[in-house]
Amino acid sequence: MTANAMKLFRTAPPTALFGLIVILLYILVASFATVIAPYGETEIVASEYEPWSEEYVLGTDNLGRDMLSRMIYGARNTVGIALITTIITFVVGGFFGLIAATLGGWVDMLLSRIVDVMMSIPSLISALLLLTIFGTSIPVLVTIIALLEATRVFRLARATSMNVVVLDFVEVARLRGEGLIYIISKEILPNITAPLAAEFGLRFCFVFLFISALSFLGLGLQPPTADWGSMVRDNATLITFGDITPLIPAAAIALLTVAVNFVVDWFLHVSSGLKE
Amino acid sequence: MHAILKMVIQRLALGVLTLFVVSLLIFFAVEALPGDLAEEILGQAATPDTVAAFRRELGLDLPPHVRYFEWLGGILTGDMGKSLANQREISELIGVRLWNTLFLAVIAAAISVPLALFLGVLAALYRNTLYDRFVNVFTLSSISTPEFFVAYILILFMAVNWGWFPSISNISPGLGFWEQVYRSMLPALTLTLVVVAHMMRMTRAAIINLLASPYIEMATLKGIKRSRIIMHHALPNALAPIINVVVLNLAYLIVGVVIVEVVFVYPGLGQLLVDSVSKRDLPVVQACSLIFAMTYVLLNLLADVLSILSNPRLLHPR
Amino acid sequence: MSTTSTGEKGDILLQMIGLKIEGRVDETWNEIVHGVDVTLRRGEVLGLIGESGAGKSTIGLAAMGYARDGCRISGGEIQFDGVELTGASTEARRALRGNRIAYVAQSAAASFNPAHRLIDQYCEAPVQHGVLSRSNAEGDAMDLFERLRLPNPDTIGFRYPHQVSGGQLQRAMTAMAMSCRPDLIIFDEPTTALDVTTQIEVLAAIRDVVDQFNTAAIYITHDLAVVAQMADRIMVLRYGNLVEEGDTRSMLAEPQQQYTSDLLSVRSYRRDERPRPEGEAPILQVKKVDAAYGKVPVLFDVSFDIHKRRTVAVVGESGSGKSTTARVITGLLPPSVGEIVYDGKVLPPSFKQRSKEQLRKLQMIYQMPDTALNPKARLRDVIGRPASFYLGLTGKQLEEKVRELLRLVELEPDDYINRRSTELSGGQKQRICIARALAAEPEVIICDEVTSALDQLVAEEILKLLQRMQDELDLSYMFITHDLATVRAIADEVVVMQHGKVVESGPKGEMFTPPHHDYTDLLLSSVPEMDPDWLDNLLEDRARLASEGRVLKAADN
Repeated sequence: MTANAMKLFRTAPPTALFGLIVILLYILVASFATVIAPYGETEIVASEYEPWSEEYVLGTDNLGRDMLSRMIYGARNTVGIALITTIITFVVGGFFGLIAATLGGWVDMLLSRIVDVMMSIPSLISALLLLTIFGTSIPVLVTIIALLEATRVFRLARATSMNVVVLDFVEVARLRGEGLIYIISKEILPNITAPLAAEFGLRFCFVFLFISALSFLGLGLQPPTADWGSMVRDNATLITFGDITPLIPAAAIALLTVAVNFVVDWFLHVSSGLKE
Repeated sequence: MHAILKMVIQRLALGVLTLFVVSLLIFFAVEALPGDLAEEILGQAATPDTVAAFRRELGLDLPPHVRYFEWLGGILTGDMGKSLANQREISELIGVRLWNTLFLAVIAAAISVPLALFLGVLAALYRNTLYDRFVNVFTLSSISTPEFFVAYILILFMAVNWGWFPSISNISPGLGFWEQVYRSMLPALTLTLVVVAHMMRMTRAAIINLLASPYIEMATLKGIKRSRIIMHHALPNALAPIINVVVLNLAYLIVGVVIVEVVFVYPGLGQLLVDSVSKRDLPVVQACSLIFAMTYVLLNLLADVLSILSNPRLLHPR
Repeated sequence: MSTTSTGEKGDILLQMIGLKIEGRVDETWNEIVHGVDVTLRRGEVLGLIGESGAGKSTIGLAAMGYARDGCRISGGEIQFDGVELTGASTEARRALRGNRIAYVAQSAAASFNPAHRLIDQYCEAPVQHGVLSRSNAEGDAMDLFERLRLPNPDTIGFRYPHQVSGGQLQRAMTAMAMSCRPDLIIFDEPTTALDVTTQIEVLAAIRDVVDQFNTAAIYITHDLAVVAQMADRIMVLRYGNLVEEGDTRSMLAEPQQQYTSDLLSVRSYRRDERPRPEGEAPILQVKKVDAAYGKVPVLFDVSFDIHKRRTVAVVGESGSGKSTTARVITGLLPPSVGEIVYDGKVLPPSFKQRSKEQLRKLQMIYQMPDTALNPKARLRDVIGRPASFYLGLTGKQLEEKVRELLRLVELEPDDYINRRSTELSGGQKQRICIARALAAEPEVIICDEVTSALDQLVAEEILKLLQRMQDELDLSYMFITHDLATVRAIADEVVVMQHGKVVESGPKGEMFTPPHHDYTDLLLSSVPEMDPDWLDNLLEDRARLASEGRVLKAADN
C-alpha cells in the first residue's frame, strides 16, 4: 500500500506535486497561526499603510494592523470557513443526491425539480438577495453558500449514483431484499468515491472563491476578522500607487485554488486511468 | 418538423414557468424577514404608529398575493417602485446601468467567444502536445483565480505601470462609442480572461469526445482528408455541445460582471446591486436580482432550444 | 467502372509478413500481435477467426495501414498491390483508403455519421477520391442498394442513419464500402450485433455483391459457422498468433490443431431431453401474464410452467419480451394482468412484498458478469452475503460455506476468496455469479443470456457447470437465450417468444422436429451451421418455400 503510494507520488506530474506542497503549507500556516504570526489578528501596531520593512514585513493595512499577521490569521479564517461550508455542502447535497438516485420515482422528481429551480438563479445573485434579507453574519453566510452549492453536489451525486444504480449488482441486492442503507453504503458509495472526492476538491475551490468574492464585495466575513477577500478590498487603493500589497491576499486565494485544482486534475487522471 | 416544434414549444413553456417561479422566489424571499420590511427599516426605536403608517405607504398592509401581482405587473410595465435609500424611481436607476452592463458583456463576449472556440478547437486537434499541456495549466489556473485578482493585476500593469487604459471605467452616455469601448477595455479584458478559460476547456472536451466516435474512424478509413473530417464530420455534431458551452459562459459572464463592475467602479447594474445590498435597499435588490435571473434563465433556455434545433435525430424524426 | 483492378484473379493483392502490433497499457507498450503472415489473392475471401484478444480486428485494420489510438504497427511488412504501407506517406495511405481498400464496421449505427444522409455518406468517398461525379455516384448507389436487396433502393439513401433499421444499415454500409469498387474490403464482425434472422439476409447480400464484383475480402468474426459460409480460406488466431490456416472445406473437415477442433465442436454439445415427470405439479407457473413499461404494452398473455429439476429455455430475438418475462417473475415489473404461482401459491406481484424465503428460492444470473458484480467488493463478501443474509451463517460457518461454493464452481478458494471481481476473466466472473446464486440455496434459477457475453469455449464450460449443478442440487432453470445452439445443448422444454407473445412451446424434441410455426421455423433455420453449403441450401429452401407462398423473412428486411 505504502509502496504503491510512493510509486504514485514519484509518477505525479510537477503540477500535482506543486499543488500538494502548497496545500500542506497552507495547512501548517493555518494550524500554527498563533505561533507564527508576529502580531495579533486585530492589533493596531503602527500608522496606516506603512511600507514594507523589517518590522512589518508586508507593511500595515488601512487601519495600521500588521499585514503579514493578518495574512496568517486569514489562512485560518478564510480557509477554515470555506472548509466547514464545503463539508456541509457535501453532507446535504450528497445525502439527497444518493437518496434521489436510489429511491427514484416521485422522491427523485421532487428533489430534482427543487434543485432545478434553485439553480435557475445564478448563485451569486441568490446569495446577494438572501444576504440582504438575513444580514451578513457567519452562520447565515455559511448556510446560504452551503445550500446554494449543495445543488451542484446533488446533481453530481445523483448522476454518478444513477450510473451505478442501473447496474445489475444493485438489482441483485434489491432482489435479495436488502435495505436502503445496505444498498447505499455497500453497493453504491464505494463505487462513486473517486468522482465524489474530486468533486470535493473542486467544490471547495468554488466555495472558497465564492466566500472571497462576497468578502471582497464587503458582504462576506465582517471586520475585524482577518480575511483575504476583505483585505483586498480594504487596501485596494494602494494598487493605483503601484503598490502590490493588496495583490498578496488575492494571490494567496488564487494559489490555494490553483493548487487544489492541480491535485484534483491529477487525481481524476489517475482514477480514470486505473479503471481502464 | 412537428415533433421538434412541439419540443421547442414545451421548452419555451417551461422557460416561462421557470421565470414565474423565479419571480415568486425573489418576491417571497423577502417575506422570510423576521417582522417585515417596515419594522426592518425603521428599527426597534419606531413606535407602532409610525410603523403602521410606513406599512401603508409601502403597501404592506395588502395581502401578499395582491402585492406580488402589483409588483410583477409594475415590473412588466416598467414601473418598479421606489428605492428605499433615496426615494428615486428604480426604473430610472436601472435604465442606463442595465444598458452599460449589457454593453460590457457584449464587448467581453465579442472578444472571448471567437478566441475561446479557436483556441479550444486547436487544443483538441493538437491533443497531448506541449501546446495542449500549456493550455491545460493556463486554463486551470485561470479558472481557479478570483476575478478581482485578475482585475487588479490588469490594473497594475495596463493602467498604473504602462498607462494604456484608465483604471476607473467611468463611462457615461455622452461619450462617443469608441471612447466608451476604450474605457471599458480593462473590465472587458478581465471578463474575457476568466470566461475564455472555461470556454476553451469545455470546447476542447466536447471536440475530443466527438473525435473518439466510430463515425470519425469510419471517415478516416474512407480516406477523407483530415480537414474535411473536422469540418464536415466533426463540426456538425459538435454544434450542440459548443452552443451549450458558449451560452453557459455568456450566462456566467452576467454573474462575473457584478464583481468586475465593483473593481472598476463601472456604472452598471452589478454595482447598483452590490451597493443596494450594503444599504439593504430591498426593492432595488429585488429588481436587480430579477433582471439578472431573467437573463440567466433566458440564456439557458436559448441553449436548450438551439441544441434541440441542431440535433439531426430530432430534426429528421423517423 | 473498376478503376484500378488491372490484375488477374489469383494475383497476390495483399501480403503482410511478420506483422507485429503493440498496444499501450499505461506507459508501456505490449506486443499483441506477434509476427503474423497474411497473404490474400485478388477476389479471394479470407476469414480471420478467433476469440476475444486474438488480435483479428487489429490485423484487419493493419491491412489498411491503420492502427487505432493506443496501438501501433511495430514490425513487419504490409504490401498492398506493390505498395509498402508501413513506410508509405500519410497522403499515400489516405489515397488508398476508401478507394482501393474499404472497411465495414461492426456497428453500422455508430459508424454512420448521424448528421448526414446515407447518400451523402455513400457519395463522399467516390467524389473525394475523384472516382465518380456526385450524380454518377448517386445513380450507382441506387444500383448497389438494389443489389444488396435494400427496400426502396431509390429513396432509402435520402434517409438519415437513425431512420433505418440495423440490418438495413449494415447493408448500406456494405454498399458504401463498395462505392469505389475497391480491390479489398475488410468486414469487421459485420453481423455480430444483429439478430440471427436478420443476419442471414445481410450475409447473403454481402456474399453476392463481393462475388459479383470479384472483390477480395477479409472477413473477421468469432463465429466459425458464419465464416464457413463466407470465406474461401480461414486463418485461426489466438492471442495474436496464427494457430492454423487452410482452405475452408478441408479445415472444417479435418482440423489440424486441437484448438480448431475445439472451436468446431463447440456447438455440438448436446444433452438429452428428460421427459416432464408424470403427475408432478410444476414448481413455477407463469399464468396469463400481461405487462407494460409505463403505457407501452410489452407482454401479452404469456403462460408456461417450469418443473423441478428441469430446464425451460425461453428463446426469442431482441425485443421479443423474454427478459421482460424474467423481470415479471422476479417481481421487478409487476404484471398488469395475470400471476406468478410458486409451488402452488401465488407470489406477490412486486419483489418488495415478497418474503425473504420467497426471494431466496428464486435467484437470477445475468448476461454481463462485469456489471453483475460490485467491482469494489471482495469475493468473500459477494458470495458470503446471501449466505449470511438468508441462512444466517456467521464466522467460521460462513467462511466454510464460501469456500465450499468456490470449490463447487471449480475455483480454488485460497486463490480467490480475497480477490475482487475486477481481477477475474469473464468466465471466472460468471462462475462467481453462479456461486452467489447458489449461496442462497435456491430452487429455481433464472439464467438471462448467461453465456452470450462469453467466448464460445468458455460459454460451453459454463453450460456444463450449470448442468452439473442442476444434477447435484436438484435445481430448476429458466434459461433465456437467443442462441439455439444453447437451447439444443441444455433445454428440456422450449418456449419461443416473438413480439411479447409465446409463439410455440413444448418439449425440446418436438420443437426441433417439423412442422413448426413459421416464426419458429425462421428462427431455427437461421442458426448458422458449420457446413459451408448451409447458406446456399437454406436460401434455396426459402426460395422454394416462397414460390409455394410461405415467406420466411426477418421482420425488418
